Amino acid sequence: MATTTVSQSSTTFSQSFYASLHEIAGGEKVRTCLQCGTCNGVCPYGYLMDYPPGKMVAALRAQRFERVTEADTVWMCVSCYACSEVCPVRIPLTAGLMTRAKEELLLAGNIPSELQVALENTQRYGNPLGESPRKRADWAKGVKPRVPIMSEERRPVDVLWFVGDYGSYHPRVQPVSRALANVLNALHVDFGILGAEEVSDGDSQRLAGERGLFEMLAAKNERALSQYEFKEIITGDPHAYNAFKNEYPKLGIVYPVRHYTEFLAERLDALKSLFKGEVNARVTYHDPCYLGRANDVFEAPRQLLSAIPGVELVEMPHNRTTSLCCGGGGGGMWMDGFHWEKAHTRLSEWRVREAMQVGADILAVACPYEAPRFEDATKVVPGASRLIVKDIAELLAEAMGD
Amino acid sequence: MHIVVPVKLVPDLVEELVIDPSGTTLDPDTLRLQLNEFDGHAIEQAILLKERGGGQVTVMAPDVEGVDDVLYTAAAKGADRLIKLCGNFGQSVNNHAMACAVANLIKPLQPDLVLTGVQSHSDLDGSMGPLLAAYLGFPYVGYIAGVTLSDGRAVVRKEYPGGLVAEMEVVLPAVLGIQAADQPPRYVAFTRIRQAMKTASIEEQTVEGLDVSGGPTVSRMYKPEAAARATMIEGKPDEVASRLVELFRELGVL
Ligand code: SF4
Ligand code: SF4
Repeated sequence: MATTTVSQSSTTFSQSFYASLHEIAGGEKVRTCLQCGTCNGVCPYGYLMDYPPGKMVAALRAQRFERVTEADTVWMCVSCYACSEVCPVRIPLTAGLMTRAKEELLLAGNIPSELQVALENTQRYGNPLGESPRKRADWAKGVKPRVPIMSEERRPVDVLWFVGDYGSYHPRVQPVSRALANVLNALHVDFGILGAEEVSDGDSQRLAGERGLFEMLAAKNERALSQYEFKEIITGDPHAYNAFKNEYPKLGIVYPVRHYTEFLAERLDALKSLFKGEVNARVTYHDPCYLGRANDVFEAPRQLLSAIPGVELVEMPHNRTTSLCCGGGGGGMWMDGFHWEKAHTRLSEWRVREAMQVGADILAVACPYEAPRFEDATKVVPGASRLIVKDIAELLAEAMGD
Repeated sequence: MHIVVPVKLVPDLVEELVIDPSGTTLDPDTLRLQLNEFDGHAIEQAILLKERGGGQVTVMAPDVEGVDDVLYTAAAKGADRLIKLCGNFGQSVNNHAMACAVANLIKPLQPDLVLTGVQSHSDLDGSMGPLLAAYLGFPYVGYIAGVTLSDGRAVVRKEYPGGLVAEMEVVLPAVLGIQAADQPPRYVAFTRIRQAMKTASIEEQTVEGLDVSGGPTVSRMYKPEAAARATMIEGKPDEVASRLVELFRELGVL
């Protein structure tokens, strides 16, 4: 009897994608998925996705992964870490599965046009807003004492402040940067910024599937940083914080980094002695995904808020690890139109409604994506126009009589 | 099917434009250049045609700051041949001179189709397309948003003001001025561009005989001057708003 040779079928897309997950820390855990569906349920846009994480795992197992990349609803993922947080077997769903899937969509050219604009802007100008790189430090004009720019200073500093894209350019966030500069100045912190030499940290672009761009940006930032001497990096941008803390080290770029709230919480006594007035308000705090869930910084922002005279800190039902995403993560910041088309609602509105429910006067934030997003939401949620959205840095500066 | 796409780089308006002390041109040190937007559509249209019906796409651009990025990005999108035009491209080079020189380089390539952006914001003496067509002796149709090829002919959708569209047939070889590609220019992942930088090669061709005489001469370049017709309303938002309403009433728009 003649032997039939079973032809070795070449690796399928599902197989090679599955294999690629193993290159991510903890990625092999995808094997252990129980199909419990918890991730699908907790995902803020899970009900709209053709393939929320659990279902994506099922598609992968069924060797039908091409269907995932044919759908465009993977772009609803705002990389909020809610699924990763609840997965009983701790599969790295956000950093692994969802981000890898977006990388495939991006390579296949299946990307929303709004996202394309932000990515092209980042390629060309080093920031997703498409602003002139030469104007990156313009926000600091008028701050006294002057905000030192490293290339002009040419001396070691204690603290290198990585300002980030939105802190540098967004008209709603520039005042937050100025407030933080005033707080640092009042505390006599010896700091400097990179100014025009700084480019986007690239973390949100990475989570939107643009890994190559992320690596290019990281290398550019490293080229700038390596020229100067400083003891640590602080940043107001949790996305930059996440990049410096968890992603840049994988590329060999290693610096100690803290979010400004951690840095300031260490100086509570000095801060308290500078407070002149009271902020008489019920304040609730929104945990940013990339400060809270992704990096476990929950207490420092609350310590700062509680230290402000007159502040009554109240919690929203979703807080700390169960915090709700503002909708800006993972490229969401650049896909508002796309998300609106699919969902006809905004995640930021959900959050603003919660803040209203707990009777807050002020919704305090600690991420540059949030002040503009929540402020916009207060304009459309009925009765929410009295809710004030402030970054913690602004509230601190205000209490100092700024 | 051989499609040639001559493109140009134009001042990037995101950067502040600074006028050179000479007062007739832009300061070359602060100037940043980028691909003319319509030329980006011309490249996309060429790639789309190649994807649909096969063929070869050649992209050529003058050797100015940023040209390599433009060419490698085109390669990452699917362009087969990249040509850098070397010569002295001061800002005084006008489209007539450029078109004449470029036409001489295009002729030996024997293209079936030449696609250019319909216009660019730095055009001072007409756009490249019609000039190229004249020097090449090819027919020209401009303001094109959509091209299909069949049997040595191109069926093109030409846009007119007021939302009118005409479908026309052009005998090839021809020059088309592209207003918009069939699909918006695609995104190329940065890794693809980096790959192209490693694998694609850029040929250099010298542009001879740039005769800049006969073009327009800029006698004075200046920024729009502020006239005293504007009224600045100052004060608190409420006061400003009431004053605005008053003004609208006075002007009869409310
Ligand atoms: S990261 Fe957030 S948005 Fe993305 S799949 Fe998980 S829960 Fe959904
Ligand atoms: S939560 Fe984890 S185990 Fe459960 S379906 Fe999702 S990925 Fe699988």
